[in-house]
Amino acid sequence: MSISREDVIDFIYAEARMLDEGRFIEWLELWLEDGIYWMPLDYKQTDPDLVTSLLYEDDFMRKLRVERLNGERTFSQKPKSRCSHVIQRPFVDKFDPKTGIFETNTAMHYVETRLDEQFLLALTAVHELKLVDGNLRIANKRVDILNSDAAFGNIQLLP
Amino acid sequence: MGIYTGNPSRIADLVQPNQVHRDTYVSEEIYQLEMKHLFANTWVFVGHDSQTANKGDYITTQVGDQPVIMVRHSDGEVKVLYNRCPHKGTKIAIDRAGNTGKFFRCPYHAWSFKTDGCLLAIPLKKGYAETDFGESAAAKGMKAVGAVHNHRGFVFARLAAQGISFEEYFGDALSSLDNMVDRAPEGRLEVAGPPLRYMHQCNWKMLVENQTDACHPMVAHESSAGTAIRLFEESGWQEGEPKPMAMEIIAPFMSPYEFFEGMGQRTWNNGHGHSGVSSSIHKDYKEEDAYGEAMNAAYGKERAAEILGENRHNTVYFPNIMVKGPIQQLRNFIPLGPNKTLVESWIYRLVGAPDYLLKRTAMYNRIINAPTSIVGHDDLEMYERAQEGLMTDGNEWVNLWRNAEEDENFDGEWTGIGTSERQMRNQFDAWKRFMLVSMSQDTQEAEI
Repeated sequence: MSISREDVIDFIYAEARMLDEGRFIEWLELWLEDGIYWMPLDYKQTDPDLVTSLLYEDDFMRKLRVERLNGERTFSQKPKSRCSHVIQRPFVDKFDPKTGIFETNTAMHYVETRLDEQFLLALTAVHELKLVDGNLRIANKRVDILNSDAAFGNIQLLP
Repeated sequence: MGIYTGNPSRIADLVQPNQVHRDTYVSEEIYQLEMKHLFANTWVFVGHDSQTANKGDYITTQVGDQPVIMVRHSDGEVKVLYNRCPHKGTKIAIDRAGNTGKFFRCPYHAWSFKTDGCLLAIPLKKGYAETDFGESAAAKGMKAVGAVHNHRGFVFARLAAQGISFEEYFGDALSSLDNMVDRAPEGRLEVAGPPLRYMHQCNWKMLVENQTDACHPMVAHESSAGTAIRLFEESGWQEGEPKPMAMEIIAPFMSPYEFFEGMGQRTWNNGHGHSGVSSSIHKDYKEEDAYGEAMNAAYGKERAAEILGENRHNTVYFPNIMVKGPIQQLRNFIPLGPNKTLVESWIYRLVGAPDYLLKRTAMYNRIINAPTSIVGHDDLEMYERAQEGLMTDGNEWVNLWRNAEEDENFDGEWTGIGTSERQMRNQFDAWKRFMLVSMSQDTQEAEI
């Protein structure tokens, strides 16, 4: 199959929509099994292992997070949170159909709400994507929150 | 003026043997009095000296509600100064960490100060020549806190100039900090990166109490730890196979009541205490040989085994930090108001130990204590619900009756059942004493 820049960009939009509509199980299926979802704590952090991150989640931790969101005794999700991603058109920073490797850089505004509380995060998401059996999959995703070093309350869904 | 200021007996009445009045958590006036009395008369954590490793290195933080600068002075000692220019009050530094060189310089009018706070120079000095400026508070420079003590890298301050000594205040409770530091083959820790910063719309004491609350993990954290265990079993894991680090960390939260009862609790005078005497949720971590070998080389086999045999869970250093020795984590519960608390979760490297230990520590910090943590989410939910629930007038008391003993006395060392609420009662015993210690004096002065 031939893949266009437009396909890569559409993938990023479709992922954001999936999260906003709470289709988390489908979202899990976008991932390659060895992919890592990383959200650094520090501005321009380079080390995911020996200093703290907000998230550094493998396949198991992502599944756990999604399972928990749907759990019967998930008290912090009674009632549930909702979220909205407003995304800028992704930059396609790497486009290599031969190897099936792509990378995008996307600025977003993320809003999460529950009961009367609502907060806004500005963030940049970098996606490493891979074409596997004709489908784009997430090989790795890094989300840098603009004020990642600020004090937050609960961030419960998936920026 | 409210109902508590100048009325120590009314404050004392808030703490009864097995219950405390909700005003200790919700009253703005009590919060103000805590800042003025409790946080001034106790020894409060400031920072770790590896955050200010070199001369001129500083950090900014708070002791209670007081903005302070911790700085490495030219003589190598760590100083703690109130963070304001003695001239007009401008904060001298507002970045969380930096290096100021040999002196601080106020960005407003260029007054400068040595790193021990002494006034170094003022521009246009002749303007003061014919005045009695020398008599003013400003002439003394940046004011230092009442007392500072560095215990094996951990820096504490007492705001009050006079009061209980560091040794008397902490006593044998320092054994938990010592054990954490002893776990490093080189006998010292280094801070590893910036802390998690997690904002809680609740009173600081709820967080401190939760540190030794052994009856909430299997309830509040069922959604995270319980689900983790279920998913892991479904993944085809066989008993006896090594568990991934994340599972080692999260699964023990679902241990049954009997486990938490049996792990024990120890309390000391002045509000200090810890959960996990004979066992803890940190006990079954898999260690690599290289670490044991480094420890044996540094301490000898017997002493190394003794150090690593301690698996204390959470140690509360009253009033507002918790130290987790086997994980090398310190959580600072910084009070910002009666219903607002900033939690900073710091991690440290065991100097001389293999990297996998710090990797586990960083993993623990983010999995359990981040604003994005599936464990932390449910804790915060409980605290904030409690903060709101306490506003109901149906019952004005918080109940701390579990395993209460008649005529309970908090002097000296006590050990007992892990699920007791004794450590919470111990904290309130200290709370009452340190709230009142300088208050009767103030009242007398006010009456004169």
